[in-house]
Amino acid sequence: MTTVTGVRGRRAAYKWWWGWVTTVDHKRIGVLYGVSAIAFLLVGGIEALVIRLQLARPEQGVVSPDTYNQLFTMHGTTMIFLAIMPLSASLFNFIVPLLIGARDVAFPRLNAFSYWMFAMGGVFLNSSWFLGGAPNAGWFGYANLTSKAYNPGFGIDFWVLGLLLLGIASLAAAFNFVITIINLRAPGMTFMRMPVFAWMTLVTSILMVLAFPVITVALVELLFDRKFGTNFFVPAAGADLVLWQHLFWIFGHPEVYILILPAMGVISEVLPTFSRKPLFGYPVMVISGIAIAFMGFSVWAHHMFTVGLGPVANSVFALGTMTIAVPTGVKVFNWIGTMWGGSVRFQTPMLFAVGFIAMFIIGGLSGVMHAIAPSDAQQQDTYFVVAHLHYVLFGGSIFALFAGIYYWFPKITGRMLSEKLGKVHFWIMLVGFNLTFFPMHFLGLEGMPRRIYTYSQGQGWDLWNMVSTVGAFTMALAILMFLLNAVRSWRKGEQAPDDPWDGRTLEWSIPSPPPTYNFIAIPTVHSRDAFWEQKYPQGGEISTGIRGDAGGRHIAGGTAHTALGQGKEEGHPGVHMPSPSYWPLVVAAGITLGAYGLLYSLLLAVTGLAVTLVGIYSWSFEPAVKQPKGKLGKDKKE
Amino acid sequence: MEHVAPIPHAAETSTGLPSRKLLIWAFLGSECMFFGSLIATYLVYQGKSLIGPFPKDVLDIPVTSVSTFVLLTSSLGMVLAYAGITRGDVWAFRRWILLTALLGITFLGFQAFEFYHFANPVYENGELIRQGLTPRTNLFGSTFFTLTGFHGAHVTVGVIWLLSLFAYSFRGDLTREGALNVDLAALYWHFVDIVWVVIFPVVYLIGVQP
Repeated sequence: MTTVTGVRGRRAAYKWWWGWVTTVDHKRIGVLYGVSAIAFLLVGGIEALVIRLQLARPEQGVVSPDTYNQLFTMHGTTMIFLAIMPLSASLFNFIVPLLIGARDVAFPRLNAFSYWMFAMGGVFLNSSWFLGGAPNAGWFGYANLTSKAYNPGFGIDFWVLGLLLLGIASLAAAFNFVITIINLRAPGMTFMRMPVFAWMTLVTSILMVLAFPVITVALVELLFDRKFGTNFFVPAAGADLVLWQHLFWIFGHPEVYILILPAMGVISEVLPTFSRKPLFGYPVMVISGIAIAFMGFSVWAHHMFTVGLGPVANSVFALGTMTIAVPTGVKVFNWIGTMWGGSVRFQTPMLFAVGFIAMFIIGGLSGVMHAIAPSDAQQQDTYFVVAHLHYVLFGGSIFALFAGIYYWFPKITGRMLSEKLGKVHFWIMLVGFNLTFFPMHFLGLEGMPRRIYTYSQGQGWDLWNMVSTVGAFTMALAILMFLLNAVRSWRKGEQAPDDPWDGRTLEWSIPSPPPTYNFIAIPTVHSRDAFWEQKYPQGGEISTGIRGDAGGRHIAGGTAHTALGQGKEEGHPGVHMPSPSYWPLVVAAGITLGAYGLLYSLLLAVTGLAVTLVGIYSWSFEPAVKQPKGKLGKDKKE
Repeated sequence: MEHVAPIPHAAETSTGLPSRKLLIWAFLGSECMFFGSLIATYLVYQGKSLIGPFPKDVLDIPVTSVSTFVLLTSSLGMVLAYAGITRGDVWAFRRWILLTALLGITFLGFQAFEFYHFANPVYENGELIRQGLTPRTNLFGSTFFTLTGFHGAHVTVGVIWLLSLFAYSFRGDLTREGALNVDLAALYWHFVDIVWVVIFPVVYLIGVQP
C-alpha cells in the first residue's frame, strides 16, 4: 500500500466521550449500536403500550384516530429498522471479528459511519413527532395512501427520507461485514470452520446488499412523486399501484430474513455451549441458512395473495413459500438434535434459546398457514397476521437477541448479569408474550381487522383484547427487569472470567472485556469450535451416542494445538490499531442535514451537501494512522 | 477511498485480494439491484402513458448513438490510464484519465442537451408539433428522466472521481503501488458504462419501435 501524507492530521486517541464520538473500534461501535437499539426498543415498546391501551376495551378514546395511525406506523418502523436490525448489528459488530479471529472489521471508519448514520436516521425519523406529525401510512407505506393528495403533511416525507438514511447505514454495515468475513478470517479459519453466527452474519449482509437498493428505488420514486410531481404512483396518469407493493416486498420479504437469520445464528452458538456438544449437523445448518436466504428472494408475492395476481402466480408463490419451511424445519430439528443427549445447563441464555425454538415453531406454523393462498385470503389484514408476525419477530428475533445479550454480556462488559433476575425476566416475558399475542390468533379468526382504531361492543373481541393488553404490560415489566439487571450488573456486577460458560469459540479465549487489539497474536485455527478443541484436545465432548454428528470430524487436525491468542506472532513486533476519526460523523451529519433541507429549505440542503462533500474528501485523504510527531503538536502518546 | 490499510494484517487477507477491491465489487452488486429496479419500473410502465409525447416522438437514435459511442470509448481511455499507472508511467496515466473524464463530460453534455430538447415543445412554422416532455408529463417522462437521470448522476460522480485522481497524481502520492486507487475507479467507470449498454437498447432502440 502507498505511504500517504494526508492533508489533515489525525490523532492517535481521544479522551472520554470524545473518544466514543470518534471511535472506530468495532467493540465500542457494537456497544453504541446496542445501547441505541435498546433505547429505540423502549420507544417502540411505549408506542405498542399506547396501542394496547387504546384497544383494551371497545370504544376507547385514549388517542385520536390520526395519532393511532401514527402510532402503529412508527411502532412497526421503529421495531424493524431501529430496534431489531441494530440489535443484530450490535452483536455483528462486537462478536463477529472475535469469532473469526480478527482485530477489527475491514473498514473501521465505514463502520463508525454506519452507526452514526443509523443513529441520526433514527433521530430524524422520530423528530417527525415534534415537527407536525409522524408518518401514518403503515410501515409498508402502500401507495397511494402516501401520495401528496391524500397525505399532504410532512409525515410521509420523514418516513421516506428516514428510511433512505437508514438504508445507507444498513448498506454501509452490510458491505463491511461481507468483506470482513470473506477477507479477515484468522489463518486456518476456513468457511466450513466458521461459527454459524459468523455464517448467518455473512448471509444476512449479502441479503442487505441485494435487498436495500430495491426499497431505495421505491422510496426515491415516491419521493419524486411527492416533491417533483412525477407519476410513478398516480393512477390518473395510468400508474399501477401494485408496482409499489412489488418493489416494497421484493425488499420486504428478504428483510424478514434479515431480521431472523442473525437470531438463528445466535441460537446456533448458545445451544452447543449450554449442551456441551458441537452443533448437530453443522454443514446442513449452514446450507439451510443459505437456502432460506436464497428462497427468501423468490416469495415476495405471498404478501400480495389478495391483490389478484391470478391463480398461477398465487400457486407458484404459495408453493415457494411452503418450501422455505423445509430448511427452516431442518434447523429446528438440528437445534433439538444439538440438545439431545447433551449435558444441558439451563442458565438464562439457554432459557431464552429454548424459548426461541418453542415460540418460533408456533410462528412458523402459522406462517405455513398463510402460505396456503385460499386460507390466507381469510386471514389477510386480520389480527391472525399480527399474531404470526409477532411470534416470529418477537418470540423469534427478540428472544434470540436476548439469548445473545445474556450470553455475550460478560464478554462485552466484563461483568456477569444476575442469573436470578435473568430467569425472572425470562419467565415473566414468556408468560407476558404469550398472553399478548396468542389471543390475537383467536381475534383474527373471529374477524378482527388489523390497524383499526377501535371496535364496537358485542363482537366477541372484548375479552381477548383485554387479555392481550394485560400481557403487553406484563412484557413491559419483564423489560424493566432486564434494564434493572443490565444497569446494576454493568456497574457493580460480579467480575466475569474470560470463559464463564465453558465456551467453544474464539471470543472466550481472550480477556473479558477484550483489549482494544482483541488478540495478542492472531490465532491459528485447526478445527470448528477452535477454543473447545484447545481446551479439551482429547476430543473432550461428552459421548452422545448420536452417530453422524458433526462432532465426529472435530478431532481431525487437532494435534497441532498452539495456545490460542498467546505466544509471539512472527514478523509483527507491535500491534497498530486504526486511529480514531470524526469524519464519519461529519459525513453522517451532512447527509442528515441534507434530508432536513429537502423538507425545509434549499439553503439547508446545500449546506448539508457541502458538509457531506467536505467530510468525504477529508475522510478519503485522512492518513490511516496518526501523523508522525511534529505535524500535530498536541498528539498524545499512541 | 482509504489509502492505507487500516488493519496491520490487511496485506495478508484470507482471499489474498485487497479488501477495498472486494468492497467495490460488493457495491457494484448492490448497484445492479438498484438499476435493475429502475429498469424494471421503466419496463412495467412501457406503453402505459395515457398522453404524449411518447418515446417515438422524442427519441433521436442517431444523436444518442453518438453519445453512446463517446461513453463506450471512454472505457478504453480508462483501461489505458490504468495500464499507465501499473507501468509507473504517471504521464500516460494523466493523459488518459483526463481524456476519459472529458469523454464522460461530453456524454453528460449530450444528456443535458437531450433533456433540454425533450423538455421544450417543438414548433414548426409557428405550429405546435409536439409538447415538451418533463418528469411530470406522463409515465414515460417520469420513468425516462429518473432512469437516465440516475445514470447521468453516476457518470457525474465518476467524472469527479477521475478528476480527483488526476489532481491527486500531482501531489506525487499516486505511485505504482497506488494503482489500486485507479483500479477501483476503473471498475466503477466500466460498470456505469455497462448500465448504459443496457439502457440504450431497452429505452432507445426498443422505444422507437411502433
